Amino acid sequence: MKRRVIETLALAGLRGITACVLLAILLMLGSIAVGGASTITWEFLASEPVEGMTAGGIFPAIFGTLCITLLMILMALPLGVCAAISMVEYAGQSRLARVIRASVNNLAGVPSIVFGLFGVGFFILFIGRSIDRVRGEGLLFGQPAMLWAAATLAVLVLPVIIVSTAEALNAVPRSHREAALALGATRWQTVSRVVLPQARAGILTGSILSISRGAGETAPILFTGCAYFLPRLPVVDLQIPFTSLSVPMVNPLDQFMELSYHIFIMATQSTDAAVTRPIQYGTTLVLVGLTFALNVGAIILRSRYRSRHGTP
Amino acid sequence: MATPIVSAVRTSRRPGPQPGAAPPATKVAFQGMGFSYGSRRALKDVNLEVPERRVTAIIGPSGCGKSTLIKSINRIAEIAADIKVDGQVKIDGEDVYAPGLDLVDLRRRVGMLFQKPNPFPKSIFENVAFGPRIHGLNDRAGLEGVVERSLRQAALWDEVRDRLSSSALDLSGGQQQRLCLARVLAVDPEVILMDEPCSALDPISTARIEELIDELRDRYTVVIVTHNMQQAARVSDRTAFLLNGELVEVGGTETIFTAPSDRRTEDYITGRFG
Amino acid sequence: MPGSEALEIALPATRLRPRRRARTGERIIEAFLKLNGFVAIAAIALIFLFLFKEGVQVFETLSPDRLIQTTELDFDDNPVTVRMWQPVGANPKYSIVPLILGSFLVALPATILATILGVACGIYLAEVAGRRTREWVKPAIELLAGVPSVVIGFFCLATLATLVQDAFGTTFRLNAIVGALGVSFVIIPVIATMTDDALRAVPDFLREGSHALGANRWETIRRVVVPAGSSGLIASILLGMGRSLGETMIVLMATGNAAQVTLNPFESVRTMTATIAAELGAVPQGGEQYRALFLVGSILFTITFVINLAAEIAVSRMRRRLAL
Repeated sequence: MKRRVIETLALAGLRGITACVLLAILLMLGSIAVGGASTITWEFLASEPVEGMTAGGIFPAIFGTLCITLLMILMALPLGVCAAISMVEYAGQSRLARVIRASVNNLAGVPSIVFGLFGVGFFILFIGRSIDRVRGEGLLFGQPAMLWAAATLAVLVLPVIIVSTAEALNAVPRSHREAALALGATRWQTVSRVVLPQARAGILTGSILSISRGAGETAPILFTGCAYFLPRLPVVDLQIPFTSLSVPMVNPLDQFMELSYHIFIMATQSTDAAVTRPIQYGTTLVLVGLTFALNVGAIILRSRYRSRHGTP
Repeated sequence: MATPIVSAVRTSRRPGPQPGAAPPATKVAFQGMGFSYGSRRALKDVNLEVPERRVTAIIGPSGCGKSTLIKSINRIAEIAADIKVDGQVKIDGEDVYAPGLDLVDLRRRVGMLFQKPNPFPKSIFENVAFGPRIHGLNDRAGLEGVVERSLRQAALWDEVRDRLSSSALDLSGGQQQRLCLARVLAVDPEVILMDEPCSALDPISTARIEELIDELRDRYTVVIVTHNMQQAARVSDRTAFLLNGELVEVGGTETIFTAPSDRRTEDYITGRFG
Repeated sequence: MPGSEALEIALPATRLRPRRRARTGERIIEAFLKLNGFVAIAAIALIFLFLFKEGVQVFETLSPDRLIQTTELDFDDNPVTVRMWQPVGANPKYSIVPLILGSFLVALPATILATILGVACGIYLAEVAGRRTREWVKPAIELLAGVPSVVIGFFCLATLATLVQDAFGTTFRLNAIVGALGVSFVIIPVIATMTDDALRAVPDFLREGSHALGANRWETIRRVVVPAGSSGLIASILLGMGRSLGETMIVLMATGNAAQVTLNPFESVRTMTATIAAELGAVPQGGEQYRALFLVGSILFTITFVINLAAEIAVSRMRRRLAL
């Protein structure tokens, strides 16, 4: 009898704790939604901040976030997918594969501010300044810029891409590889024509998750390229050679505004916190909405893919 | 010593060897061949000659090394494992384990049908065209010709000619296995290895595959691994009996099933073990 | 067979030839891929290298004992030993004691709280929840993992700190406990999902055997399943601890950033991560403080590296044990 009581209490406790955790999540997201809902208007999303951030919109921050995550994924995706292919298809069970796997796991556990240090010490000061030294024309690459911030974020999300790609590759049944090799396909032909097409959805899921991660990380970009207020967007008019036409292009050597950075600075360092509070909530809601949408999209994609091909 | 199993041999459709005909050349030869997965020995001192343009069956109880034997011919066994090979495996006199041998070419010349049908998740056309494509044939007309020829050889053309672009996974098990056969035939191999090709199929599909094996014999050297002795008796010209990684006995199918010379062969065939 | 004559004609024309030219292309691709395999190894090695290269240089001007304490003269010109991190000023102080204490003062409560809540959620998901319930509870918890830490930090700053102050009557609105609560938000999904995975990996026949002996659900969970999955649980707790030590934005926004030596979690503290984040932007490159920050980063990296290593050993032990 006493055992039954203990069991009931214990199971109820487990249920209760889980419910509390879910409630806490709801409370947190709810407070942000409630605080920021009234601020979200089309103008808010599309206009620039004015009067020292106490009014206006956050368009430059949204634009900057899109730019940086795009640049980041352009750098990280090819590297990560190739690394995963090399790890899964070519290295197999060798010691090299184990070292790579250990490195990936360790990379995943590095604190985000350490990436920031790395971004400053390696990308800006080492690589950037070296490029400037070779150019001999003064400081251009050796200072905070979108390029270096994107590179720093790329190193941070590399493990996400490698792990999700490796998972997707491993989900492809071995019999398909055997059949292809038995027909005389080379390893690369097997990977590119049989394995990769089947792993496409998993790779896409990993990309979306890493974009969400990149949009939300602040510490790596604190010193590698972000700014609180910029008078103009990081866009430059590129002249098409041999014509008099110019096309606006994102300038990766410029600094940029970014959503998470904006929230951080506004919440901790703005001069009039009470006035800017609604904007803080609004910006936070936009960021949460963005990452939420990306994560939900990735989860839906993954479950649809799993139901079509069977759970790996 | 005729048992019910053995009488299957007598009812096969094959013509017996013509009196006075020259014995067939050896296509595949195992010479003192040993095979180990890491520290585990799978095959010991195998000496076997597989004649050209005949069907040779490999029989034996589970775990005796039958699959390893044929997977060592097209070197599929070494893909995911650490292996060591002693002795030689020769095709047309050339050792396939010689250093510098072109694996891609070897695997084109030696095709394989697997135990469980494994068509790619692509269309029927793309499955059959896969082989020719990777070997350099890219023009549409040529591919269509090869695909039609291969599907006809696999007795699948009439069933799928109107839906070549539909997914291969929509086919039934037996059809999928015939598709895999067409896929193999599309690269024009010389040897076709079959690893228990009918074990996952129903009896009707099995019978159709056996019919095909009969037709393939004129052009290809077939080596079929099977745990089904009646099947071995029905389709093959020569049979080899493997036990614990050793080749116990090999000979004409009729001889093996009616008057085997080794006691162990007799015990296996009569069902005393295995 | 009808049509076989057609086959005879078609056959010679489609004889295939192996392409020798493609082999070099294949080799180049293979080499390129193998090179990419080293990207992760290179990244970790470079991080390690650059962190320590800059950090170690601080010892050119700073003697190691000053990392613990500095002696200075107080207002009455009496020498007094202080353990402070105050790199700006006439007598820069680089004691890392308040920083390490601050990090652990946040990480330990966070890990303890997150372990209790996270393991409970994990057990619930793996052993108690029905399939339908699990289908939305697990993604809900995973969604928490996707919330940016700056958002959680903002929530702590704006809302949670006030709640805590009202509940506990703390003097400082932003302190280690608020930070710990925020950090636990981040760690709970980590521990919960890993616990869930670890418990689900425990084979069913162990549960069935326990039930067959008359144990009820809770007893089975407590005495059979959890011990069997213990390596995974330990790994998840270690990983959670590592995450909590490495968390930057939440502590930056919620702990008050006062670098003082204290064991009272209701006071403002400053963590290693917050120190780097707060000061790196304003420090001249190559100076002593700059290098000191890299040194702090090296120490932080080492601590989290060791913890992650321990977690990996625990995971591999779990895999080996369950490989049965």
